Amino acid sequence: MTKPADQLSVYPQTLVGDQLLRFLPSADALRTVPATVYAAGVVVAFFLVAAVAPSLLQTHDPFRTDLYATLQSPSLDHFFGTDQSGRDLYSRVVQGTGQSLAIGLGAIGLSIGIALLVGVTAGLAGRRTDAALSRFLDVLLAFPNLFLALLFVAVFGATTTTLIVSVGLGCAPGYARLIRGQFLVVRNSGYVEAARALGHPYGRIVRQHIFPNAMRPLIVMITMGVGQTIVWASSLAFLGLGVAPPSPEWGALLDAGRNYVTVAWWLEVMPGFAIILFALSVTVIGQHLQDRLEGRVNP
Amino acid sequence: MTARDPLLHRAATATATPLLTVERLRVGFGRDPAAAGAVVKGISFALEPGRCLAIVGESGSGKSVTARSLVGLTGRNATVQAERLAFSGRDLTRYGERDWQRLRGRDIGFVLQDALVSLDQLRPVGDEVGEGLRIHRVIRSREEQETRVVELLRLVGVPEPEVKARQLPHELSGGQRQRALIASALALDPALLIADEPTTALDVTVQAQILDLLEATKNRGKALILISHDLSVVSRMADEVIVMRHGEVVEQAPVATLFSAPRHEYTRRLLDAIPAAHTRGTRLAPASAPRLTADAAHWRRRGGDTPGPVLEGRDLVKRFRGPDGQWRTVVRGVNFSLAQGETLGIVGESGSGKSTTARLALALDRPDEGTVRLLGRDWSALDEAGRRPLRREISVVYQDPLSSFDPRWTVERIVGDALAGGAAGFGRDAQIDELLELVGLGKAHRRRRPLELSGGQRQRVAIARAMAPRPRIIVCDEPVSALDVSIQAQILDLLGDLKAALGVSYLFISHDLGVIRHLSDRVLVMRNGEVVEEGTADAIFDAPQQDYTRELVSAVLHDRLPRIKGTSHG
Repeated sequence: MTKPADQLSVYPQTLVGDQLLRFLPSADALRTVPATVYAAGVVVAFFLVAAVAPSLLQTHDPFRTDLYATLQSPSLDHFFGTDQSGRDLYSRVVQGTGQSLAIGLGAIGLSIGIALLVGVTAGLAGRRTDAALSRFLDVLLAFPNLFLALLFVAVFGATTTTLIVSVGLGCAPGYARLIRGQFLVVRNSGYVEAARALGHPYGRIVRQHIFPNAMRPLIVMITMGVGQTIVWASSLAFLGLGVAPPSPEWGALLDAGRNYVTVAWWLEVMPGFAIILFALSVTVIGQHLQDRLEGRVNP
Repeated sequence: MTARDPLLHRAATATATPLLTVERLRVGFGRDPAAAGAVVKGISFALEPGRCLAIVGESGSGKSVTARSLVGLTGRNATVQAERLAFSGRDLTRYGERDWQRLRGRDIGFVLQDALVSLDQLRPVGDEVGEGLRIHRVIRSREEQETRVVELLRLVGVPEPEVKARQLPHELSGGQRQRALIASALALDPALLIADEPTTALDVTVQAQILDLLEATKNRGKALILISHDLSVVSRMADEVIVMRHGEVVEQAPVATLFSAPRHEYTRRLLDAIPAAHTRGTRLAPASAPRLTADAAHWRRRGGDTPGPVLEGRDLVKRFRGPDGQWRTVVRGVNFSLAQGETLGIVGESGSGKSTTARLALALDRPDEGTVRLLGRDWSALDEAGRRPLRREISVVYQDPLSSFDPRWTVERIVGDALAGGAAGFGRDAQIDELLELVGLGKAHRRRRPLELSGGQRQRVAIARAMAPRPRIIVCDEPVSALDVSIQAQILDLLGDLKAALGVSYLFISHDLGVIRHLSDRVLVMRNGEVVEEGTADAIFDAPQQDYTRELVSAVLHDRLPRIKGTSHG
């Protein structure tokens, strides 16, 4: 494998403390960022503002019904059109951002948390523990993610919390396996053996070499995972297992619009557009981070 | 092998009409017209049927690009210019992709370096070999193709050609794959065969067989262009040699002249850099190369003199479970002993168990039977905690230094990490500086990461790291195999200097008999996990007792060079 010589200059030495500062790109680095990544950044920034202070971006009260303006198609007044009760869909999408992102971020956080626990244990423990955990993960991976999530929501009911837990649990096995593989690769690497030959204790080797190197791809995984979990949560909502209406959570909006899809396409398309736009943007950023960290782009 | 001297014989061969004429070939990459000719800066030669031209040079010299430009495989990004590029009367400078496709395979065969990568992993070898026949439509039926493929494989000496033709590349050995690749290049009986490092990845005995095969092809009247970094291979095969460096032709001469009276300083240095019998105890790199200047006093091995062996292996056996679940004995009953200040060379072909022996010596693997004793202590029986204090006494230099460094770490961190907690009695920073100076690196390298260093520099860092704990023993596992010959010379010199200055012992593992002979006091020859022969370096190389050792030694072409060189020096 040949990689450009300077590929590693954006890596942190460890993932703690001041070293994290090395992640902040320099002015030079910013000049090489492609336009698509900038655009993705603007989109993500927009949604972040929408999540924190939706009223800044709203054109109408998202909950005010207007029976004289039901099911209006998108216009300059109503960017995304209106729903069956005459509520402004754009403002509702903005309103729902917070909850949708919370579900996405919460789920990915939970997912990565569980995955770390299982993956690191399997990756560092002995052959038997690893075999047991890996078989367990294989079993879980045999089910579709959505199925696990569905099962959980069906049993515990649909609230923001159960959605987070269900999607988080559903995604965890995949991440766990990735993390385990990463730890195994690093554990068997030449530099870990070299450190052993130098007589360093195992704890020090784990701390100095295995952990930081194995965790590298995780940053990217998390970024891309956020987009993915939002799509999962929305899929659940679309199946009627999401946050209940009248909440403007994106998945719930999709679910609510389902009955009108033949007469008001925007009720499905616009929230779907928000979901795709956000997921795509985070993925573009994640992909760029990955390229940069793996040296495919000169930082 | 016949007794005739091929060098003199070939030089006398009369010239016929050239098959290939190349005048001022220039190759560059990138759209910038200024870049044209940046990689190959004007090479000219003519090649007649039945003759072999060798292009030698170190990595980055432009030799492979030259070869590729002769078959139109330089890629879209390249600009190829030539005043004349003619192949049997055809003007190749005007060729487009379709013309090249018609030419390749049928008129010019091209053998790539790495047979494992060059063969499609998912196709039977026979399909691959027969592809040219199919594409150029010289065969009519599937049956005819199969017959031809089997004939071809038999011609290149693949055993059981009927069976091998149906197998996938990974089911063949390295030598067989390389033969299959040559067979596919020969399939359409091209008048010119271009081979880019055809033997580089192969063991010496297999290398000798492949060279025999190429020689036979040449004797059938085919022209051959051989790209190689290995001067000994070239000395055997070539009629004419072009030495390239940084895209320029340094020297171009008939083989006998080049080896007996190299005119150019660079050629002479390349020849001198080859380790062999007569180079023992001498330096390989030119006098101008950096040598040990730093004061090594701080880094002398720890401890006093030890009367007995510092490292000893007794009846070592190591088994591994293969991918098919079968247990394989990789090391069977190996004995060795290393005295203080001695260099013990372990030589053997791939799969002979020499690297496993090294790992057992380092106690990175535990032997299934037998013991390893380090400074008289039972090293292999200790648990890891018990070994840790002893680990300072024995360190290691790997073949691929890059993978043995944490990619995130800078040179100073890598070296500093190996220091034995202020043992040298002065500041850590100063210690790192001194160690780097010792291996010929400067302060400027401290902040670099391994990826930002050249291969030779990386190996120097690896040596600095190995020296840092002031060990008594350094295990060197193929430390120069991945390096160009002039860099290899520098690293071998450095290892020699350090041994003299520090009094360390080396357990030196290599497949290269020249390297082993150059610096070993005693030699262990391994094959199939067993020690075939053991003795002083002179005894092993001058009077081998075992058939296998004899085969190995005779397969080495280095012995030819010193003789030729001897005449030039004497």
